[in-house]
Amino acid sequence: MSTTLTLHVPRDSAALAVGADAVADALHAAALAHGVALQLVRNGSRGLLWLETLVEVATPQGRVAYGPVAPEDVPALWPALVADAAGMPPAHPLRQGVTDQIPYLALQERLTFRRVGVTDPLSLDDYAVHGGWAGLRAAVGMDSAAILHEVTHSGLRGRGGAAFPAGIKWKTVASAAVAPGATKYVVCNADEGDSGTFADRMLMEGDPYLLVEGMAIAALAVGATEGYVYVRSEYPHAVATLTEAVARAAAAGWIGDNVAGSGRAFRLHVRMGAGSYVCGEETAMLESLEGKRGIVRAKPPLPALEGLFGQPTVINNVLTFAAVPTILAEGGAFYRNYGVGRSHGTLPFQLAGNIRRGGLVEKAFGLTLRELLYGFGGGTVSGRPVKAVQVGGPLGTYVPESQWDVPLDYEAYAAIGAVVGHGGLVVHDDTADMAGLARYAMEFCALESCGKCTPCRIGSTRGVEVIDRITLNRDQPVVRDQQVTLLRDLCETMVGGSLCAMGGMTPFPVLSALNHYPADFGL
Amino acid sequence: MQADSAAMNAPASAAPAAATADVPLTPRQQQALDTVLAERGALPGALLPVLHGVQDALGHIPPAALPAIARALHLSRAEVHGVVTYYHHFRTTPPRGRVVQICRAEACRSMGAEALMAHAQAAIDAQGCDTLEAAYCLGLCAQSPAVMVGDRLHARMTPAKLDALLAADPSAQSVQGERA
Repeated sequence: MSTTLTLHVPRDSAALAVGADAVADALHAAALAHGVALQLVRNGSRGLLWLETLVEVATPQGRVAYGPVAPEDVPALWPALVADAAGMPPAHPLRQGVTDQIPYLALQERLTFRRVGVTDPLSLDDYAVHGGWAGLRAAVGMDSAAILHEVTHSGLRGRGGAAFPAGIKWKTVASAAVAPGATKYVVCNADEGDSGTFADRMLMEGDPYLLVEGMAIAALAVGATEGYVYVRSEYPHAVATLTEAVARAAAAGWIGDNVAGSGRAFRLHVRMGAGSYVCGEETAMLESLEGKRGIVRAKPPLPALEGLFGQPTVINNVLTFAAVPTILAEGGAFYRNYGVGRSHGTLPFQLAGNIRRGGLVEKAFGLTLRELLYGFGGGTVSGRPVKAVQVGGPLGTYVPESQWDVPLDYEAYAAIGAVVGHGGLVVHDDTADMAGLARYAMEFCALESCGKCTPCRIGSTRGVEVIDRITLNRDQPVVRDQQVTLLRDLCETMVGGSLCAMGGMTPFPVLSALNHYPADFGL
Repeated sequence: MQADSAAMNAPASAAPAAATADVPLTPRQQQALDTVLAERGALPGALLPVLHGVQDALGHIPPAALPAIARALHLSRAEVHGVVTYYHHFRTTPPRGRVVQICRAEACRSMGAEALMAHAQAAIDAQGCDTLEAAYCLGLCAQSPAVMVGDRLHARMTPAKLDALLAADPSAQSVQGERA
């Protein structure tokens, strides 16, 4: 056979978890059996996760997608792939058409995720061919103030959930003094512990050089020479991919002792967490990086002034750093033009839980939950009505249908007492027990509290008990109502008295469940 | 919880190793520990990388390893003990058989994770040769419920599929899922 068949099978965890390796093996076996020369690329995931394992074949019309492909589908699929590659599109039940024209993808505004699923994640050639390193190249030619200006002007805010303006944080670090011989640090918080979020993982597994590039730009902007990525231990594939990417980027001279020929050093290290949710809080993460228990620090001092090993430290989430190369390559104004109000740029939303078409949807701020739930997500996978959507992770509120038309931007969500957070959406159908979910929120807080402050450490355990007393006393209104008052009091104490978001925001899901779904509590 | 080490903890070298180490390290364990300490002991904030290295090599962190780790990193034994016991990932005893982790976080709950957990508990109680643990998010939230058996991820799990996994050859489960 003279021509080579080019196929793509993702290596993302989401694909591996549904048998992508076995699919790849079956495709290799089929190629061997048919005497076809096969080039099989292991790419990241396109983020159409209900279609994983998504097999793509290169055709004259572009890449064409088939999914979800199980290993046992491959023998019947093989002739279709061969025909498609030859420009004779077949009829096949798993054929989804030209990948880029699938509405779920075509309707997105992918800036940060534009390469994810397209390229071989560890190929430096692929990265460069698809626009990689343009931001870092631009930054090398600029002084610190000019880089800071672009990042500030872009309106980029922290994508980990707190939404603090990145440019202001970076300026604080840039202007902080360090003792002779000491260094500043750039630390990436990749402790993506929130249920319903997987964008950090997909980016680290699917386009790791983008994170490396963003952190290198931050280092140039603030004058840091050392950097760490703190990845949770539940993400072994992300750790492996990122570790390899860092080594290859250093060997190629993009980071290391002479960043992209700038004459400046930035050495990057990958560190693994050890199964502590609270280490997603930035100061607990710093403690963990220093080799200690992940206990939250009191602020001030801000980590920007006294962070890792007591030195000025930029801490941002994966998606914040990953937005930066685009900003430097295209200019702050380009990025700023996406979004609404003071929420500039795009957010990679993650559609999760009980949803028909779960996956990653990168869009500019300002669309509504309803568009995401039904336009992209297609409603529940169970086919039952949606009852509640938790937006922004385990510490986010349950948003009832009456609020599904509020635009997703930081300020509009804050105005209804909700949070956009990291952009994760967990959908529950009408079988969900909201009192049970509220109890779980308190239980999880009790399990994961670092123990430093009393409202969180003790309050979470008391919260479980109080919710139990509410639901066990459904037919005794006086006792029940006393306990409801107690729960509201407790939540007020936790919100106002906790050191960090763990105890301070656990009441958000609890109170939103109580306020919007009182019947589930027997009220 | 704010353990201020200076007041509470004697330096590791002041106490005999046997005080916390009922079972001494085997020669193989000692060698693995020495290798990890040589490779990682000088890293800034070395304790977590060292503990990961020991657990990766030995399957758990033997209590008898703590005094040597403390000495090498100039920490008190209490500090090392505090870190080992703080993080869910670290274990001080070997797991029984395969470690089966079932995600119990919100996204998996919305797709029946609690029923799956109950099913798994009954199944593992009956077979008596694996270890069942809860996990709190494996990052597969659009394909819930999610499970990890050994180091292999499995999404869109059902009780029937879990039974098949548990019945499968245990040695096959420890193979690394990813091949580049």
